[in-house]
Amino acid sequence: MKRVALLGMPNTGKSTLFNRLTGAHAKVGNWPGLTVELLSARILVGGDMVHLVDLPGIYDLCGHSEDEAVVTAFLTQNVLDLAIVVLNASQLERQIILLGQIVRPGLPVILVLNMADEAAALGVTIDRDALSSDLGIPVCLISAKYGQGVEQLHALVATALRELAPAEAAPANGPLLDDGALDAALRRSVMVPAHASHALTEKIDRVLLHPWVGLPIFFALMYLLFQAVFFVGKPIQDAMNWALTAFRTAVLDPTFAALPTVVGGLLLDGIYNGLGTVASFVPLIILFFLGMAIVEDTGYLSRAAFLMDALMSRFGLDGRSFVMILMGFGCNVPALMGTRVMRSRGLRLLTMLVIPLSLCSARLQVFLFFIAALFPSNMGALVLFTLYVVSIATAMLTSQLFKPRFVNNDPFVLEIPPYRFPTLRQMVFRGWHEVAHFLRRATRFIVAGVVLVWLLTNFPSAAVPGSADTWAGQIGNLLNPVLGPLGIDPKLTIALIFGVVAKEVVIGALAVIYAREGGALMNAIASEIDWVQAYSFMLFALIYTPCLSTIATIRSEARSGRFTALAIIWPIALAWMISFAFYQSARLLTAAT
Amino acid sequence: MKKSHAHTLDALHPGETGTILALHTGAELYRRLAALGLRVGKHVRILRRGRFAGPLHVRVGTTDLMLRPSDACCIQVQRSHL
Repeated sequence: MKRVALLGMPNTGKSTLFNRLTGAHAKVGNWPGLTVELLSARILVGGDMVHLVDLPGIYDLCGHSEDEAVVTAFLTQNVLDLAIVVLNASQLERQIILLGQIVRPGLPVILVLNMADEAAALGVTIDRDALSSDLGIPVCLISAKYGQGVEQLHALVATALRELAPAEAAPANGPLLDDGALDAALRRSVMVPAHASHALTEKIDRVLLHPWVGLPIFFALMYLLFQAVFFVGKPIQDAMNWALTAFRTAVLDPTFAALPTVVGGLLLDGIYNGLGTVASFVPLIILFFLGMAIVEDTGYLSRAAFLMDALMSRFGLDGRSFVMILMGFGCNVPALMGTRVMRSRGLRLLTMLVIPLSLCSARLQVFLFFIAALFPSNMGALVLFTLYVVSIATAMLTSQLFKPRFVNNDPFVLEIPPYRFPTLRQMVFRGWHEVAHFLRRATRFIVAGVVLVWLLTNFPSAAVPGSADTWAGQIGNLLNPVLGPLGIDPKLTIALIFGVVAKEVVIGALAVIYAREGGALMNAIASEIDWVQAYSFMLFALIYTPCLSTIATIRSEARSGRFTALAIIWPIALAWMISFAFYQSARLLTAAT
Repeated sequence: MKKSHAHTLDALHPGETGTILALHTGAELYRRLAALGLRVGKHVRILRRGRFAGPLHVRVGTTDLMLRPSDACCIQVQRSHL
């Protein structure tokens, strides 16, 4: 099968073109000589199946960034029948140098000028035929987003592959293009108006990047995004929970009734309920992905980065990190996957270490419950606010501490694209891809975690599930010398062990442990612990190990066991220190008065 | 058009334009800047600066980009007065 690769600079719509060409059939896979996985798909071109590979966007082929190394390794270790070079039609002047670096003897190339609609709106005119004959390679103008010109690209690819007889691939008589030849070709066939600018973008930027109102607007927009996600997502989440429970009572319970209790319990209480809890979060995750796709595809992400960079650079992060940390307040999983826009591995890892400290919506549910149970209602908002402050403070502390270990080696020079309307197709595509990716990678890991927690809280079989006699209860007792000084008793420790599956499970776990629900559960807890213990518990629950979905995402995104271990151990250590400091000083102060 | 003496890019004010004279950067940054269009002889225009010593929003050709003052001070420009 013929192999075709897509190459191009970042922000040229290369991935959009890939999606346009391949539909939903793309798969990630390993390649010889590469440590990262690449997206590829088999597509039908002119009656033949062709293997199309999407390579990472790169600024040039001589650099040493991770992405550039990947492309160089791919080109040297794999045989390629055709390279499709994707450039932004309105930025040819600077992007054409990449074409010169890719063109080499024996490698047929097609030049795709994407975003032709934007170039036309700018007043850029391109004489395609002249450019093609000057460069000696086929050229086509397309708009991958709207699908214009894609047919023509198909035809060009088919022709290029047909003309490629295997014997001809060897002779070294391909077009060799140096910078002078490229510039000369552009001068003849591309006309750019002297003061080309996106008028609407300039107008919007005057408001959104305004020195005084820019930041308030940014926070207001993010707040609206969150509200929208929960407004749409919460009913879906509730409906899913209801459907999962209904399915269990109607179908699963009767079906598994014949099985031994242990097996049925493992399958239903362990795997089904555990996976159900994670699954009911999937709608929210999808919506957050859509939200992030909007922020990114409209071009607002780079504006947010512009607004926040002055502050974030002091913490070894950049403006984009801030947006992802903020996203983490909704759900850590999409925020972690969103760090892919960062090209520097050091910066990415540092951001990924910080994101799980964001007080996500699952933790919020736990805190709302505890606040309602143990604090007077007029104090509730203040207590919650302090938890958000702690969340941000621990994030800042963590990045400050680990900054020297995760050096950002990528220069902070970012393109600020014109504002664009994301198409529905683009967003759905992205949301689908990201969630499918998450589920594929994380499911096995989450099942293993869910089973482990179920075993810990249900064995030995003589013990009442979730009680002090179970292994979890024994661990709770064993940990009492460590967690006791934080005011966290063995019962709460069991709840924390449950909480590793997903933080909001803590409430359900407490219901099992105390054998009570709702208001009765609140009263039971309030009669056993005081507000100092409750606040210490909330601090610990806020910071300690990320949930299973988050850990699974960290593991698959970082591709490093050591980093994943750090991302688990560091928050636990930090949680202990902060809860200890709070609990002991609060006890001292209350004893003194 | 009257030209004045050489400055670094971060010394330019919003609305001002300059011609790049030299880029005193490391090789990696040099290549990145070149790929984004910041090359010797090109005209750059400062659109705005971020608050609290934030990044510069500059335009070169048809590309808008942002860079930090610490990187912009490696770029020598000749300020143009229109």
